[in-house]
Amino acid sequence: MIQVSKLSKYYGGKRALGPVSFEIDDGETVGFLGLNGAGKTTALRILACDLRPSAGAVNVGGIDALGDPHEVRKRIGFLPENPPLYPEMTVTAFLEFAADLRRVAKVDRKKLVNEAIDVTDLGEVAEDPIGNLSHGFRQRVGLAQAIVHKPALVILDEPTRGLDPKQIVEMRKLIHGLKDRHTVLISSHILAEVSQTCDRLLILGQGRILGAGTEAELAAHEGNVNLVSVTVRVPPSSGEPYRDGEADAKKTIASVLTRIDGITEVGEPQSRGDGWAVSLTSAKDLRAEISRAVVQAGLDLLKLDYARSELENTFLRLVDTGAPRAEA
Amino acid sequence: MRAATIIFRREMGTYLKSIVGRITGSLALLLMGVAFQVFGAKTQLSGEMLSQFFWGSSGVIIGVAIILSVRLVSEERQTGSILLLNTSPVREAEIILGKFFAALAFLAIILAVSVYIPLLIKSEGKITGSQIFVGYLGLFLLGSAVLAIGVFASTLAKQQIVAAVVGAAIVVLLLLLYQLSRKLDPPMKDILAELDLWWIHFQGGFMKGVFNLKDAVYYVAVTYFFLLLSVKTLEMKRWQ
Repeated sequence: MIQVSKLSKYYGGKRALGPVSFEIDDGETVGFLGLNGAGKTTALRILACDLRPSAGAVNVGGIDALGDPHEVRKRIGFLPENPPLYPEMTVTAFLEFAADLRRVAKVDRKKLVNEAIDVTDLGEVAEDPIGNLSHGFRQRVGLAQAIVHKPALVILDEPTRGLDPKQIVEMRKLIHGLKDRHTVLISSHILAEVSQTCDRLLILGQGRILGAGTEAELAAHEGNVNLVSVTVRVPPSSGEPYRDGEADAKKTIASVLTRIDGITEVGEPQSRGDGWAVSLTSAKDLRAEISRAVVQAGLDLLKLDYARSELENTFLRLVDTGAPRAEA
Repeated sequence: MRAATIIFRREMGTYLKSIVGRITGSLALLLMGVAFQVFGAKTQLSGEMLSQFFWGSSGVIIGVAIILSVRLVSEERQTGSILLLNTSPVREAEIILGKFFAALAFLAIILAVSVYIPLLIKSEGKITGSQIFVGYLGLFLLGSAVLAIGVFASTLAKQQIVAAVVGAAIVVLLLLLYQLSRKLDPPMKDILAELDLWWIHFQGGFMKGVFNLKDAVYYVAVTYFFLLLSVKTLEMKRWQ
């Protein structure tokens, strides 16, 4: 569907993107993940034929985007960070306008607009002026205009930006619904978002691709580190002495945890309510060993969980390292 | 050019439904009525009265054309809605023409509604329908040229106020060319005088009910020139 080769974009002398190369297959849902300023929006705007790259080649659906951007635009739907809307128009009138711009035949227009309204669940506000809608509804109208002409490629730049948690869940459902019908590109700096919606990830940092693949592939390739958070309580009756308040409690916890095989780092215990929270780092999953050691030492185990998801670990390590990958 | 028609319809809807469009139209008609009262009442001769009405109305049309046109592209850029056009299979010329003709059509509606004023003069005086027609053709062509200048200014600036200042500056410059030409020697004197936006082509012809093809060609040429500049500017900014 998309082949990108040595793509770069400079603003004046400042590099915003690249050079990056990657390919995206038909029907894939791919997430562009990166911190703010990583080059995600620049990459998406180039793919949407809004920005001309400084160098490199982009091919969308077999068409050279630099040679014939007009033809590529017929095949894409783009939802930018701020949806391009006309507040004075009703939702239906706006979607009809968007469909007309995308060369939808007049006989199909009504049907496609109704489909887009159904898919994005806009029926209750279909005849309302866009200016009267909440942010969540406007975002849905933005999504509806991006899919109204049934494009082969849908590009969504931060689609859940500014939405409340309920609206985020609803938007994710809508995006899931697109997967069967379109190739979808999503940019986000929210890990959970791309993790839950995308088949494959491209991690961008400082305009370069730092990693690419499925979540599992990325974790495996980067040799993931497990960061576990454990919260324990030291009862006075525990086997370890508990004589001198906080200092003794911390010593007791540290001595129990550092004895566990495979733990590479034990953080400073932090007071949490009636217990102590400690961060532990290990090369593999040691949650079972940790819980056993804590209980056998006579401590109360209050909580044990990953402090960060695997994707979070991978992402942060890639961004911190900052070394670009040649191919993606 | 299908997209131009689609954009034309949307822009016309905006002019007709929005408060700004209604206020601008009402204000234009009010000021044309005032122009008739203030300038037309200076004379008892109906032909002179008609000319004075066109004299005052030309100023109103210039102002209204600037107001109508400067928002056309800059507002889209300001609100971000330009991205819908930029990422749709629409040519720059279609965007510019759709927007320009919508503004021109709205201006034509304003002019059409104001026709009752010269008809009042005609009912009481000795003026012909062709004098009225030529005067209105002049206002229409002058408005068209200023709209094109406004559209061009709108493609340059993101802020509507900046676009308005740029558009007004170009119009004022073109209005001063005749005064400037009087200080020069031929052939520059003649060239600058012919490029003037109002004195030679409107005041010297249309305003008096005299139709000269060269005046009409001048306004069409100015319109074409600034629309072409607008298209080229949009091309550069769209896909840069």
